[in-house]
Amino acid sequence: MKEKDETREALEGLKVVDFGWAIAAPVICWYLATHGATVVRVETSTRPDVYRVSAPYKDNKPGLNRAGFFAYPNVNKLSIALNMNLPQGIELARKLVAWADVVVDNFRVGPMEKWGLGYEDLKKVKPEIIMVRTTNQGLTGPHNTHPGWGWQLVGLSGISNLAGWPDREPLSFGMPYTDVIAPRFGVVALMAALVHRKKTGKGQLIDLSQLETALQFISPAMLNYFANQDNDKRTGNTSTYAAPHGVYRCKGEDRWCAITILSEREWKDFCNAIGRPQLSEDRKFETLSDRKKNEEELNQIVEAWTVQFAPEEVADRMQAARVPCGIVQNAQDVFSDEQLRQRNYFWTLDHTEMGPYAHMGQPFGLSETPAKPRMPAPCLGEHNEYVCTKLLGMTDEEFLDLLTLGLFE
Amino acid sequence: MLKEFNVLDLTTEAGWLCGKMLGDLGADVIKIEPPGGDPGRQHGPYYKKTKDPERSLFWFALNANKRGITLNIESREGRDLLTKLVQETDCIVESFAPGALEKLHLDYTSLKKINPGVILTSISSFGQEGPRKDWKASDLVCMAMGGFLHLCGAPDRAPVGVSLPHGYFFAGADAAVGTMIAYYHREQTGVGQWVDVSIQQSVAMTCFNSVPWWQLQKVIQGRMGAFRKIGLFGGLVLRQTWPCKNGFVIFILTAGAFGARTNQLLTEWMDSEGMAPEFMKKMDWKTLDAKNMAPDFVKAFDEYVMKFFLSHTKEELYEGAVRKGMQLYPVYDCAALAESPQLRARDAWQPVEHPELGITMTYPGAWVKMSEAGCQTRRRAPLIGEHNLEVYHEGLGLPLEEVERLKQSGVI
Repeated sequence: MKEKDETREALEGLKVVDFGWAIAAPVICWYLATHGATVVRVETSTRPDVYRVSAPYKDNKPGLNRAGFFAYPNVNKLSIALNMNLPQGIELARKLVAWADVVVDNFRVGPMEKWGLGYEDLKKVKPEIIMVRTTNQGLTGPHNTHPGWGWQLVGLSGISNLAGWPDREPLSFGMPYTDVIAPRFGVVALMAALVHRKKTGKGQLIDLSQLETALQFISPAMLNYFANQDNDKRTGNTSTYAAPHGVYRCKGEDRWCAITILSEREWKDFCNAIGRPQLSEDRKFETLSDRKKNEEELNQIVEAWTVQFAPEEVADRMQAARVPCGIVQNAQDVFSDEQLRQRNYFWTLDHTEMGPYAHMGQPFGLSETPAKPRMPAPCLGEHNEYVCTKLLGMTDEEFLDLLTLGLFE
Repeated sequence: MLKEFNVLDLTTEAGWLCGKMLGDLGADVIKIEPPGGDPGRQHGPYYKKTKDPERSLFWFALNANKRGITLNIESREGRDLLTKLVQETDCIVESFAPGALEKLHLDYTSLKKINPGVILTSISSFGQEGPRKDWKASDLVCMAMGGFLHLCGAPDRAPVGVSLPHGYFFAGADAAVGTMIAYYHREQTGVGQWVDVSIQQSVAMTCFNSVPWWQLQKVIQGRMGAFRKIGLFGGLVLRQTWPCKNGFVIFILTAGAFGARTNQLLTEWMDSEGMAPEFMKKMDWKTLDAKNMAPDFVKAFDEYVMKFFLSHTKEELYEGAVRKGMQLYPVYDCAALAESPQLRARDAWQPVEHPELGITMTYPGAWVKMSEAGCQTRRRAPLIGEHNLEVYHEGLGLPLEEVERLKQSGVI
């Protein structure tokens, strides 16, 4: 057994080329970069990542290196700007492939093939390469080239239909929801492929359909359809096995709390905590099925109580009574959340153009190889020279020749 | 792919997806339930709507590809048995309240003494440390605390989320990520570790729009119903969910090169049915940007496009979008997904035998296609204690009489 090594990260030594765009592939590579892999993002200023040209910007001044969405998940990565319209650009991309263990992209079927960077091409450059390709609907099938974003895919995935109020339109969410689902599946598959490669020496192609990963998030509803022919629809914040179970208005502008009573014990505790112990003996609310039957009235009673207090106070009182409750935290609350802060969730690093900027944090901690902030999200092409000379071993002259050619654009 | 990876799954529904994902890739996952079965089996929907712990579709969906044993780990004999199982395993996944394992002397420090390279993956609402570690929570509470719920729903009503426990799914998937990163590291170094997953932190990834907006502009993105705010000051409001003849489609007016092709194709399609107004026909869509997307323009665009969408079904709109290469998706329900030609062509559905029920049930099958090995549903979720003999007798070598005694005494 090796002694605990404070400096080691779990994926140290792993080399990754990130041909990502927007979110899905960049987030796969974010998991890798934050755990110590060397990740090179291949970009171009002729068609910059959509999130480099989307608000919000630092000081509200647009700029490729000032965009908040881009910076948030691209922490710990290197960036090379590469003009893929020049043959030397493609040649350099191939050199990166030869250097790498893993190539990740989320273009729709087409561009990578056009550049001669499809899996079969990569295998010729490096037989043991592992390529992760994530697309909306997979590399094969009649809809494989259909373009789209996670913002829209959530509709196709069945999730929208199962989110929101039953009497209102389905939710389309305030974020491209499938893009926060698929990457997690992608990393699990990739890690399995890396372990497999260590055992057999073989690389492989990973075809990750974001739609198919999203089906795992509605699997109980799919089984209900296939087994019972029940076509589930959204049910608001209710639960079939808990009541009260919902979001309740609190004191203040747009302030809310979530309360979920999961057992009869918690129901009694709740009634005591709001100073109405007799409520738990009320025939209308005694058992779960009573409470489900009279849920509307029940919710009004709960809200008549919660609305008197700020959500923080509601949560504190409920937690003191051992009742599951939380604050509906907005972005400001999340950003200043004491629990997240103490767990070092946000990674504030001094970004080259943006100054101190908090990057997206980890969902989990690793006891022996904690994830480490090493560098802020890169400016476009910030590491052209480093990647060429230090990672690919070019001489300064070779690098300057390519620079003069206009390759790093 | 992962057939040499052995996992003991002690999770509640908050962590089921983790073991399921590992099992899908071939890991041998043993689900350990308390005698009588996992409490999550009490949650529906149920097969043929009959409430029965052996018929929960919720259980089936998230516990396929696992073997199942029963064990009372709170009893001394139960803990001894678990110790034996821990010696043989690579990984333990659990979702008890923080500190509970320590009381049972099954915390990471203790487990490491039994099996030095072991990976312990712990899933909890807020993580193992910090001022809120002991807060009681649920999926909805974690979705609230993680900043997701605040973004969802319409401004005139309370925030509203997903009608499935997606906070648990996010955390379960992240637990699989953390476990696999730890496993990769162990394969290089022999060192195991403790993976500490916080459901709140897993949910917080959904804030990757809202937190940058707050951080840079002090703008709090609220819930917008069918709409979405974009633009330099977050001031432009665009419709995202559109009603059509028989449901909804999702379509977003996108500026510049990113949206030009779709906007042009939509205009031509509308024009071919005499439904495109002059201003849309004259528009050079490549020049559309956040600056000239004035509210008046957006309003007029909405009016005509809405009329067009309302004159078509979601199937017609999607079929046209696919044929033309336009960015638009229908809002599908389970029935529509089941008929999807794309999913069928990809073999996304997989039949799984349920001999006790006398049926073959269709499952969402592989979530990834890997050229070296399959991701698939090899077996249905276990019955309560289904593999007790296999694991305790054949695996650990306990005599049959001993297994029977343990059963009688309520240990298994």
